Amino acid sequence: MSVFSVEIFLVVFGLALLCLEALMPTITRRALSGISIGGVALAFVLFLFSSKSGADLPMFVQPYLQLDTLAVFYKGFALVITLLVLWLMVESSAYLTKFTTGGHYNELFCLPIFVCVGMMWMASAKDLVTVFVSLELVTVSFYVLVAFARKSNLALEAGVKYLILGALSTGVLVYGIAWVYGATGAMSFDGISAALANPTTSKQAALLGAAFLLSGLAFKVAAAPFQMWVPDVYQGAPIPITVFLSVGSKAAGFIVLTRTVTAFMAQGSVIAMEVQTLLILGGALTILLGSLPAIFQTSVKRLMAYSSISHAGYLLLALGAGSARFDLNAGGVVAFYLATYLPMTVLGFLVLALLRANGGGEDLRDFRGLAKRSPLMALVMTIALASLAGLPLTAGFMGKLFVFIGLVDQASWGALICAVIGAAAGFYYYFRAILAMYTSDAQTSGSMVWSTGTKAGAIVLAIVIVVIGVYPKPLQKLLTPKAAAVATH
Amino acid sequence: MSVLEIVILLPILAALAIWLGAPARATSVGAALINLAIVLGLLFQFKSASAGGAGYAFESARVVLENPAITFGVGADGVSLILALLTVLVTLSAVWQIATDKPAIYHIASLLIAGGALGAFLSTDVFFIYAFHELALIPTFLMIGLYGHGEDSHRKAVAWKTTIYLGAGSLILLAGLAWLVLEYSGGQKLTFDLNALRAQAASTPLPVEKQGLIFFVLLLGFGTLVSLFPLHSWAAPAYATAPTPVAMLHSGVLKKFGLYGIIRIAMPLLPQGLQVEWVQHALLYMLLGNILVMGFVTISQRSLDKVLGNSSVMHMGYIFLGIASGTEIALQGAVILMFAHGISIALLFALMGRMRAQLGTLELSKLGGLASHAPIFTILFAFGTFASIGLPGLANFSGEVMIFLGAFGSDGSSTLGPLQWTVILALWGVVMSAVYMLRAYRSVFQGSANAGLFMNDPVVSQRIPLMLLAAALLIVGCCPWLLLGLLKSLSVVPVAAM
Repeated sequence: MSVFSVEIFLVVFGLALLCLEALMPTITRRALSGISIGGVALAFVLFLFSSKSGADLPMFVQPYLQLDTLAVFYKGFALVITLLVLWLMVESSAYLTKFTTGGHYNELFCLPIFVCVGMMWMASAKDLVTVFVSLELVTVSFYVLVAFARKSNLALEAGVKYLILGALSTGVLVYGIAWVYGATGAMSFDGISAALANPTTSKQAALLGAAFLLSGLAFKVAAAPFQMWVPDVYQGAPIPITVFLSVGSKAAGFIVLTRTVTAFMAQGSVIAMEVQTLLILGGALTILLGSLPAIFQTSVKRLMAYSSISHAGYLLLALGAGSARFDLNAGGVVAFYLATYLPMTVLGFLVLALLRANGGGEDLRDFRGLAKRSPLMALVMTIALASLAGLPLTAGFMGKLFVFIGLVDQASWGALICAVIGAAAGFYYYFRAILAMYTSDAQTSGSMVWSTGTKAGAIVLAIVIVVIGVYPKPLQKLLTPKAAAVATH
Repeated sequence: MSVLEIVILLPILAALAIWLGAPARATSVGAALINLAIVLGLLFQFKSASAGGAGYAFESARVVLENPAITFGVGADGVSLILALLTVLVTLSAVWQIATDKPAIYHIASLLIAGGALGAFLSTDVFFIYAFHELALIPTFLMIGLYGHGEDSHRKAVAWKTTIYLGAGSLILLAGLAWLVLEYSGGQKLTFDLNALRAQAASTPLPVEKQGLIFFVLLLGFGTLVSLFPLHSWAAPAYATAPTPVAMLHSGVLKKFGLYGIIRIAMPLLPQGLQVEWVQHALLYMLLGNILVMGFVTISQRSLDKVLGNSSVMHMGYIFLGIASGTEIALQGAVILMFAHGISIALLFALMGRMRAQLGTLELSKLGGLASHAPIFTILFAFGTFASIGLPGLANFSGEVMIFLGAFGSDGSSTLGPLQWTVILALWGVVMSAVYMLRAYRSVFQGSANAGLFMNDPVVSQRIPLMLLAAALLIVGCCPWLLLGLLKSLSVVPVAAM
């Protein structure tokens, strides 16, 4: 079985799903969603058995693709988040039915699968062209996904904003790639890092290219100063798509960022210092621009959007300030942080979707009295929010711990102060939401309706958050590059 | 699974069970009773398990992260066992006295605070010590904000004030702990394991000046949590506002975490921190602020909740005096006083909650003559009052005496140094606490009853948790050697001649 059988399977599966929907108009949505979830789950099982880091790749892909620890991790990550998004789409069927023409949205199910393939390919990419192609597969699918609820004005607004800014950022990215190629004469990350280590390489040209490239990627991961689109788009898009943007798109951006930054900051690189400064400055700014406006939000969905921005800031800091004393390198810390970020974000948005399905809105006041209406939902949301805030014993704290120690080791005191300010502000706004859930003066009453399967899913996510928080060792092991794998390369 | 892990997890699991629908009262009281039984059993086994009362007992460790090294390690020495006993005693009486008409969240919050406190006292890893304390703080904030007494806006303001103070204190503490851990790592692998850190402190001690600096940061962090003057102003309003079980558990148990942290983390890892003159002098000034300034503040209070809240802040000064002197006797006294103060203030807050529920007011001028209606209630209140004044025969006395004697004779010189002067001034605090406690007692219980203010004695089943606390005060007061026997191994800070 080829190492890329999962990707190939998913492409075929996605196309088949599209054909199935087009050629069999009688197929029910229930069947279609079941098939799509089943297919991705099957792909995940295939992935577990087939993908081992350091496996031998066919000759003809070796210049373009690799399969190291990080690649395997991000492939699994892409599959998991796609599965969760498909599940969330089932949970928010009422919303999707309401805001699509004739309640018809069956063609929606194949798009996340294409995004997933793009992300999986991106995880393996070894050169900028492969990165660009797979990134576009992801982004173009997202243009459609964001604007999918076409009868909602907010969603249309979000779609247009995302399309225009996304296209612009793609332009910036390509421009950056061109400059980097011009300066280094290479498209592959290995070639770029080798060229940058050569002192005769033009520093100005390389730096300009790197700056444009990083700016384009900063848009994808919602990092300042390219974060302005995030609150509106997150608020307007359907909740499953918001989750996908917030977790999947961010992860996709960060795998590319990890690869490029590793190349830019390789041993002896002429622009290593500048890139690191850019990352740390950008990270610190992102945290402030994410956390401080979040304090004033009354819509929990917008709050989550700002929180997503500030988490991008911590991720940038993790990338910029790795520490030599961990078993994890900077990319590993980023992956670790993203792995902690996934369950808490999905869980938070799941509760939002459920509130909506039960006739509520997304405002803080809709959270009032949630603990009375459904103690379990309030409990899992408390765990999700506490983890987003970075409370000890939750997954969120572990991720932040690595970032903070890295900053101390790099003596980036300014960034550390920004990170602390962001964390402190986070405690305020997340706890305001927690407090709202436990107040008794509810606006709406009546118990919440959610199925047993949904409950089970929410409990599993909450348990994952707590387990990573108190027992992060397995996750760290998973992300530690294996010595044996390195040797075979 | 080790027995200490069970002690920590039991209240947390019980809270989870109640959340998911188990009968609140039965579950919480049951869990608290089982925990009390286990901790009493551990106390009896401690001597044999710890090789004659020195070192940790009942240790077990699970590595949760290899690099940086974080270990979920548990272990108990005398100090942690005494505080665990305090926690289970106060928890039992706190959940027992919750009225049946209160929502289940009262029980859940109390159990979570208890579980967090036990985790903090019994862990041997800096990360988990910190994390468990945070776990206990959150229900405290929530309960003050949601079910606190008083006007809606007032209670929210108090909850936020407490949150901001304690949150800031925790952040300072986190910074101090991170600094400590980073300094001891020396650019190598980080470890949060207390035993490993201790070994490092013994083999490669930090420069004395740096020890003093880190000690001071830790003192500010821990001090905020213990209401060390001038970082104390959250405490009295928080206790006056908090629902009764939360007030009992926070003032009685959780507040001891800061003191415990100084004894367990700061003093062994920074053994010369307090020898730095400015650190010690700063601590002495601050603790005198606790005793003298807060003594006067307490005297001027006009309602019982404020008197008790402020007196709780004031008494922390004595314990800090024991820590500041660093002699073995004074430190042992400090631990005894931590236990005694926790029990006595929890008893007083429990009784005060009952008064508030039945009388609707705590203004001293409006109360009076309750002794004639409620003699047993009065006797129980007297236990708390006299214990907190420091009457011989009750637990607080032995702690205070040991602190004063230990601190006064600490450096063995015949001249009066700063410590001796502090002791001389601090002794006046005893007089002040006699003034305000006896005055409060007189105006509440003696004289003639005011019309319309009537309260009856608790029925037998409600007396049990209160009597349990009173009995603990009496037993430890008469036989302090029961606890002192556990404190043989208390790390002694070598005090050089100053």
